[in-house]
Amino acid sequence: MPFIPHTKQDIDAMLATIGVNDIQTLFDEIPKNLRTANLNDIPLGMTEMELARHLRDRAALDAGMLCFMGAGAYEHHIPAAVWDIVSRGEFMTAYTPYQAEASQGTLQLLYEYQTMMASLMALDVSNASLYDGASALAEAILMSVRSNRKHKASRILIPRTVHPHYRQVAKAIVGQQDIEIIEVPYCQKTGRTLLTDLEKLIGSGVTALVIPQPNFFGVLENVDELTNWAKQQNALSIGVVNPLAMALLKPPGQWGEKGADIACGEGQPLGVPLASGGPYYGFLCCKQDYVRQLPGRIVGRTVDMEGKQGFVLTLQAREQHIRRAKATSNICTNQGLLVTASTIYMSLMGPQGLRRIATQCHENLRLLEEKLLAIPGVKKIFNAPTFHECVLQLPEPVDPILTTLAKHKIQAGFSLRKAYPELGECLVICATETKTTDDMDKLVVNLRQALNQPAHAVMENHS
Amino acid sequence: MNNVPKNLKYSKTHEWIRQDEESLTIGITDHAQCMLGDLVYVELPEPETNWEAGQECAVVESVKAAADIYCPVPGEVVEINEALLENPQLINEDPYGKGWLFRIRPFDGEIPSLLNAEQYTKQVASEAH
Amino acid sequence: MTQLIFEYSQPGRLATAQVPTPTKKLDIPNEFLRQDKPLLPEVSELEVIRHYTRLSRRNFSIDTQFYPLGSCTMKYNPRGVHRLASLEGFLQHHPLSLDMNSQGFMACAYELQEILKTVTGMRGVSLTPMAGAQGEFAGVAMIRAYHRARNDHARTEILVPDAAHGTNPASAVQCGYKVKEIPTLLDGNVDIDALRSAVGPHTAGIMLTNPSTLGVFEQKIQEMAAIIHQAGGLLYYDGANLNAILGKVKPGDMGFDVMHINLHKTFATPHGGGGPGGGPVAVSERLVPYLPIPTVTKTTTGYRWLTEEDCPQTIGRLSAFMGNAGIILRAYAYARLLGREGLHRVAEFATLNANYLLARLKAAGFTPAYPTRRASHEFIVTLKTEAKEFSITALDVAKRLLDFDFHAPTMYFPLLVPECLLIEPTETESKQVLDAFADTLIAILQEAKTNPEILKNAPHKLPVRRLDEVKAARELDLVYQGQAA
Repeated sequence: MPFIPHTKQDIDAMLATIGVNDIQTLFDEIPKNLRTANLNDIPLGMTEMELARHLRDRAALDAGMLCFMGAGAYEHHIPAAVWDIVSRGEFMTAYTPYQAEASQGTLQLLYEYQTMMASLMALDVSNASLYDGASALAEAILMSVRSNRKHKASRILIPRTVHPHYRQVAKAIVGQQDIEIIEVPYCQKTGRTLLTDLEKLIGSGVTALVIPQPNFFGVLENVDELTNWAKQQNALSIGVVNPLAMALLKPPGQWGEKGADIACGEGQPLGVPLASGGPYYGFLCCKQDYVRQLPGRIVGRTVDMEGKQGFVLTLQAREQHIRRAKATSNICTNQGLLVTASTIYMSLMGPQGLRRIATQCHENLRLLEEKLLAIPGVKKIFNAPTFHECVLQLPEPVDPILTTLAKHKIQAGFSLRKAYPELGECLVICATETKTTDDMDKLVVNLRQALNQPAHAVMENHS
Repeated sequence: MNNVPKNLKYSKTHEWIRQDEESLTIGITDHAQCMLGDLVYVELPEPETNWEAGQECAVVESVKAAADIYCPVPGEVVEINEALLENPQLINEDPYGKGWLFRIRPFDGEIPSLLNAEQYTKQVASEAH
Repeated sequence: MTQLIFEYSQPGRLATAQVPTPTKKLDIPNEFLRQDKPLLPEVSELEVIRHYTRLSRRNFSIDTQFYPLGSCTMKYNPRGVHRLASLEGFLQHHPLSLDMNSQGFMACAYELQEILKTVTGMRGVSLTPMAGAQGEFAGVAMIRAYHRARNDHARTEILVPDAAHGTNPASAVQCGYKVKEIPTLLDGNVDIDALRSAVGPHTAGIMLTNPSTLGVFEQKIQEMAAIIHQAGGLLYYDGANLNAILGKVKPGDMGFDVMHINLHKTFATPHGGGGPGGGPVAVSERLVPYLPIPTVTKTTTGYRWLTEEDCPQTIGRLSAFMGNAGIILRAYAYARLLGREGLHRVAEFATLNANYLLARLKAAGFTPAYPTRRASHEFIVTLKTEAKEFSITALDVAKRLLDFDFHAPTMYFPLLVPECLLIEPTETESKQVLDAFADTLIAILQEAKTNPEILKNAPHKLPVRRLDEVKAARELDLVYQGQAA
C-alpha cells in the first residue's frame, strides 16, 4: 500500500479503540446511494521503478531542443546550489508559515526576498509573491483601482506591446468586475507605445497605465515620458518588467520624475527553470503609500518576547482568511518554493552578477541578430533599442519554417502570426547567456536551408 | 466587566454616539475593542463627506481582524481623530475618550433609533455564548 | 542569532563560477540604463549555501514533523515524484514549444485530466488554475458565464455557509457577486430551512464543501442540491476536503456542477513553504464550454492544446502559460503510483486515522465540537471549557505543541467554534505517531492544570520565543534597510 504504513495489527487495534468492526462502518453517515465511487477507468498502481521508466520515456519525447524562444519564459543557467538547497525537505515540504516560531527559515528567507525585489524595482515594498506574472498584472490592476478612487469609472490603458497572454489574463480576471480595459496601439516603426496614441484614449479619465519594459517585442519603451504622462492624468503607473533586466536597465521606481507606483512581472528568469510552463511566480512591489492595498502574503520583521529578532506574516487582516468578502484578494497561496529558488539565485549572483548576465544576454542577442540579418530576406522591423529579444521578418511563411526547424530540434523563436497578424511573417527571437556562437551558427545553417525550400513543401501540423 | 457609560447612545454594531453641541462624536465600545484585540491601524472617512445610516465609513484593524464601522446616523463628517493614524492603540486604552473616531453633523430629519446603555448591555450579553 | 544574508556582504563579492564575462561595450543608450546598485547580497557561493542551509533547519516540515493541520492534508510528498517531475526533458521544455515537441508532457496532462474526471464524477477538467483560490475564481466565473449565456441577469447572489473558508466569499466578490451567508446548526450541518428561504431567482449558486470545514459530512447534501437546482442556481464544491471521500464518493454524484481540486492537498504535491499549489477545475456537462483554456485533447495524430479558437465561450486564460506544469506532473505521477486501488484507500485510511485520534482524545477527556458525529478525515476539538478553567487559549496549546516537535493543528478557522483545534492526521501517518501526538496533548493539558504559565509563554525550545505580531503590524518593517529590528 503505497505510503500507508498500517499493518493488520495496527488496523485491528485502532478499530477496537474506535468501537467499530470495520473501516467501512466509519462512512455510515454518508447516504448509501452516494457511496458508489467507481474508479475502474483508472489503471492499477505502479511501483516507483515502473513509473520511472514510463516517465523517462515521456520526458525523452520533449527533450533536446536548442531553444531561441523567450516570449515570457527564459532559459538561463541555474547554478546547482539553487535547487539542491530548495529541494531540501525542510523547504520543500514546509507549510505556509502561519505558526511563525516554527517557520523562521521560510519567513526570514521571504523577508530577504522582499528586500531584494523591492530594491531591484527601486520601490518601497514587495509582497511575498503571487501565482505568476500575468496574474500579478491582474492583481496590480485591481490594486490600482482600489487605490485610485479619484475617477468614477475604472479605465485601465494597456499597450498592445504587453505580452498577449498577459492581456488575456488581465481581461479574464479583471473583467468580472466593473473595470474597463482599453488596448493602446503601438508604432509600427519603432515597436513602441506613443504619447499621441495615449492622448486619444483619455476619455472620461484614466485610472492606471500599464508600461512594459522591455515589451513583448524585446523593445525598450520610453518609460520616463509614459510615466510622466500617467502622473499628469492622475493615473497610477504599473510597470510590467523582466526582473533580470532591471539589474541593467532603469527600474520602475526611477521612471519619470516621481517613479512608477506599482511594479510587477514574472520572476521565472531568476533561478526558475522553464519546466514546461510552471510553476513560476509573480512579483508585486509598490510605493509605501499603497502598502495596505498590496494583495497576498507579506512578511514583517519584529521581535520575540525576549527582544530577539524574528519574522511573521503581517497585515493579515486584509487577507481572505480574516476579511473574507472584503479581502484585498481571494489569494491564499504564494509561490514559496519558487521564491526560495530566486532568493538563493539572487544571493549567488549579487548586483554585479545579475548585471553581467543581463549584459551577456544583450550581447548575445546583438551577435545573433548580426548573423541572422546576413541571411537574404531576413529583416529586423523595429528600429528601437532592445534588451535580449527582437522581432525578425522572414521572406517565407513563418509557421512552416518554425515547424521544419522544430523537426530538427531547433526552436527558432515564437511566431507572431496569431497575436500580431498585421506584422506579417514575423517571429520574436531571444538569446540568453546560455547560447554559444556554435548554437547560433547551427540555427543560421538550418534556417538558410529551411528558407531555400518552397513553403508549401513543409506544411504539417504547425500550431 | 465591560464599561458601558450611561450618558452615551449605542448602535447594534458596537458604535457609541455622544451628543455634543453642534455634532455627534462616534467611537467603538469597550466590548468591541476587547474583541478585536490590539489595534494596529485605522482608516477614517474623509472630512466633508456625506454618509447614510448603516453605510460602512471606516475600518479598524487588529492583528486578527478587520472590522467595518457603520455610520449610525445620516450626516456629514466634520472632524476626524488624526491622532489615531499614528496611535491606533488609543482606542484600546481609552475607547470613550481619546479613542474617538470622528465627528458628524447629522442631517435634518429622522434619526434612526439608537440603544441606550441598558439595551446595549443586554445585547452584548445575549451575543456571548 | 541568525543574521540576514545582507549582513555578510563584502563589496565586490559574488559567485564567480556562475557568472559570464561580457566583452563588448554596451550599446544601449545611457538614458535606459540603471545608474545605482540594487541591494542584493555580495557574498561567496559557500556563504550562500551555509546561510540558506542553516535557515532550512529553522523550519518545521512534513519531512521532519507530524503536521495535523485540518483542511491542509499534510500527507507525505513522495520523493520519487519530485525526482521524476524534474527529469531534464520536462524541466528544460519551453511552454510555447510546438505541440509536436510537447507530446510527453501533454500525455501526462491529458491522462491527469481523465483521472480527475473519474475521481470527481465530472465531464470536463481544466488543469490551468494555479491554486485553490484561482480554481474557485474560475468556478464562480463559469457559473456567471453560464447564467449570462442564458440571458439571466437577475442572478446577483452567491450563498456561502458561515463556516466556509475565507477564499469562498472572497472569490465570489472577485466575480462581482454579493455574498449571503447561511448559518450552521449545532450538529454541524448547514441550516437547510435558512437555505430554503434564502434561495430565489437572484441566486446564482452556492459554494459548499463536503465534508464541511467543521469536519463532518453534510448529510442533507442531496436535498440541498435539489433546492438550489430547482431555483435555477448551480452548486460549487470546494475540494479542500476531497481527501475524506476520494474513492468513496464522487462530488458529481452529490449534485455538484463545478468544483476545484487542491493538488497540493489531495494529490500530495509539496507545499513549498506556502506554494506553489494546483487548483484544477472539474465541471458537469453544461459548464464544459466555459472551462478556462488551455486544455489538452487527444486526436488520432497525437495530443493538441485547445485554445480560444477551439473554445469560444471559455472564461479565458488564467495564467501566462498553462498553469503550474510541474505540479500537474507531480499529481499525475502520484496518481499513477497509487493507481485505482491506492486511490480507494486514501479516504479509508485518512478516515480511520482521524476517528482513531478522535476516540483517543475523547477517552482522555477532550471535548469534540460535534460529539454525536463521526470524524471525516478531520475533526474539531474545542478547548472552550479548559480555556475558562485554566485561563489558557487554544493558541497557547498550539504553541506548546511546537516544543514537543509537533506542528499545531489548524486554529484560525472555522470562526464558528471558539478555541478550536481542527485536526487532520492524513493517511500516511502511523498509529504510533498518532499515539505520541495524543499522549502529548494529554500531557499539555496536565501542564495547563498545574503550570499554565508554561503554555502561555510557549514555545520555549524553538529558535525564537513567541513573536510580537502587534508590533509587526503597527511598526511595519517589510524590507531591510541596514537597520536592526
